[in-house]
Amino acid sequence: MELLRLATAGSVDDGKSTLIGRLLYDSKAIYDDVLESAEEVSKRQSAEYLNLALLTDGLRAEREQGITIDVAYRYFATPKRKFILADTPGHVQYTRNMVTGASTADMALIIVDARNGVVEQSRRHAVIASLLGIRHMAVCINKMDLVGYDPGTFNSIRDEFRELLDDLNVDGARFFPISALEGDNVVTGSDRMPWYADGPLLPYLEDIDTTEDLEERPLRLPVQYVVRPHRHEYHDYRSYAGTIADGIARVGQEVEILPSGKTSQIAAIETPDGDAQAASGDTAVSVRLTDDFDVSRGDMISASGDPPRTTQTFDATICWMSDTAELKRGAMLRIKHTTRTAKAMITGLDCKIDINTLSPLSGCASLGLNDIGRVSIRTSTPLVCDDYVYNRTTGSFILIDESTNETVAAGMIGVPGFGDFGSD
Amino acid sequence: MNATISVTPSLPDTGQLRALESESIHIIREGIAEFDRPCLLFSGGKDSIVMLHLAVKAMAPSRLPIPVVHIDTGHNFPEVLDYRDRTVQRLGAELIVGSVPDAIASGRIPEGPGPGASRNRLQTPVLLDTIRDNNFGAVYGGARRDEERSRAKERVYSFRDEFGQWDPKNQRPELWNLFNGFIHPGQHIRVFPISNWTELDVWQYIADQELELPSIYYAHEREVFERNGMLMAVSEFMKPGPGEAVFTQSVRFRTVGDMTVTAAVPSEATTLEQVIAEIAATRTSERGASRADDRTSEAAMEDRKREGYF
Repeated sequence: MELLRLATAGSVDDGKSTLIGRLLYDSKAIYDDVLESAEEVSKRQSAEYLNLALLTDGLRAEREQGITIDVAYRYFATPKRKFILADTPGHVQYTRNMVTGASTADMALIIVDARNGVVEQSRRHAVIASLLGIRHMAVCINKMDLVGYDPGTFNSIRDEFRELLDDLNVDGARFFPISALEGDNVVTGSDRMPWYADGPLLPYLEDIDTTEDLEERPLRLPVQYVVRPHRHEYHDYRSYAGTIADGIARVGQEVEILPSGKTSQIAAIETPDGDAQAASGDTAVSVRLTDDFDVSRGDMISASGDPPRTTQTFDATICWMSDTAELKRGAMLRIKHTTRTAKAMITGLDCKIDINTLSPLSGCASLGLNDIGRVSIRTSTPLVCDDYVYNRTTGSFILIDESTNETVAAGMIGVPGFGDFGSD
Repeated sequence: MNATISVTPSLPDTGQLRALESESIHIIREGIAEFDRPCLLFSGGKDSIVMLHLAVKAMAPSRLPIPVVHIDTGHNFPEVLDYRDRTVQRLGAELIVGSVPDAIASGRIPEGPGPGASRNRLQTPVLLDTIRDNNFGAVYGGARRDEERSRAKERVYSFRDEFGQWDPKNQRPELWNLFNGFIHPGQHIRVFPISNWTELDVWQYIADQELELPSIYYAHEREVFERNGMLMAVSEFMKPGPGEAVFTQSVRFRTVGDMTVTAAVPSEATTLEQVIAEIAATRTSERGASRADDRTSEAAMEDRKREGYF
């Protein structure tokens, strides 16, 4: 079974830590000595029960202040599947952390407090997840024990949330009435909610297939590194190493090299497992071509007849991440897109977006920390790209401040309107 | 926890290994393509063995184009040093050794008090000197995020300032598979290609790829004594104190490091399959079971990492 990458977000009181603690503990990902150390600290803090956040908050400052300030990656596995969970704080001042955690996730785990219904924070998580291209969501309506396991409460929250997801064009969502504290519908089902028959959360996560059918997708292979062994037995050998960003590479396939536009054929494919006739998305390969071109890092080997765009100007949706500088029109930055680095000028700053609704806000002279906005960019050299909604790898980029070297923005090519984010 | 539902501790299939392998190779290729002078830290431990194996795959059929660096405390297991030398020779790689005993002899760093004092912390200045002397812009390390909770927050590309320090509150956001390796002179990046691997993934991969390991990873009879609830191997660097009885037991090591801080665990596992079965069933973390250095305080690892430790 494929690895499943999950992203979650939340604050102390919505039960996120309890849910993660339960998933980790019940899947044996928390060892006894780590648990004991958390128990000892809980006692020192005179807590009446084990503070599960102590298991997940890694830094001294976080434990002292009782807050989660950064993305933490957790690992757990069941006999069926391995999970990587990006765990982020949920408040609006941590939007950049949520964006970061969601950028690599296949699925979002969203937590709603059954007592409060669909509040701003859970809406924001769904919006950010869909903005980052996550198509699958598991919505946990938590603390069902505190609403008397009432089906009416669950149904009305589910219906309201489903409307939001419809607006976001997210169709791969499932809803779970759970109590993370009592364990209802997390790992096993619940006798207390006989009205719910769709199964608990963990088995769903174990079985969900988030992979796309790559047969119909065009090949995208950004060249990372040109392999030229200076060894006698490999005289004239030259291969192009990279990770397939989309589609399937096949020996004999006709390909187009961009930005040059030259065409060639794939002569051989090497995977980590050795020579192969074909390799599909996310595999680190190196390929040889039938022609001897000058192909270098930053170029893209792509399906002939269905190439990506080669352009120096594009519109994009960005999340500004710098806490020291604001983004203004005319700013000059570095851009890193696939394996290519160039200079980028912000030629337009169209608007800021309300992160709770994805609707544009009027009047925008600059973007500050955690702001999401729509910009126009011109680059010093052509980028070979797709829209982010079409491909998350060839459609994403980061912006880097040239003097401080800080990563100051995450960007997604294209400026879809509300409702376009989840669609192809 | 008021309910315990146990999941059978059997093994997941190896589908995840292919994904982790490609992800790590991608990270290694990015670093080698972008940095002026990267190097790879190699301790002879299982994590750095896996990382080295991935680096060789990433560059194949070229030879590994970057040097292998070992920080030698002078308190290493002889089996591990032997393994290191054979491996480097087999790959035709360049080996650079940063020596703690040399740094002590030259007065660069003070020896700790008493016989058998831990040199664990002394590795940091020697590592930083080695990085500076060789102008390394990137240093690959085999750290995993599941090892310890401050590591759970560390980036794949972890920025170090001119003093080699890590500032956990001021890390660069890391998105998609886009890594920011831009640095000013004197700064460097620690690159952790196997960040997303767990201890079990590493062992399964070792089995999958049939990698050789230093013999101390498998059960063997050894003279040990108990200290602070951990089994320490008797060696010229580590002698029992008063009241610490020496006995012979079948043990193996879960981590490999300085002999003065690395404890053994009782084990009868003499094959890879048996080791994996033990790891899958264990209830104690790798560092909790075998690293005296992490027992010093609640945030021992975080503090050492801030100073520039691995």
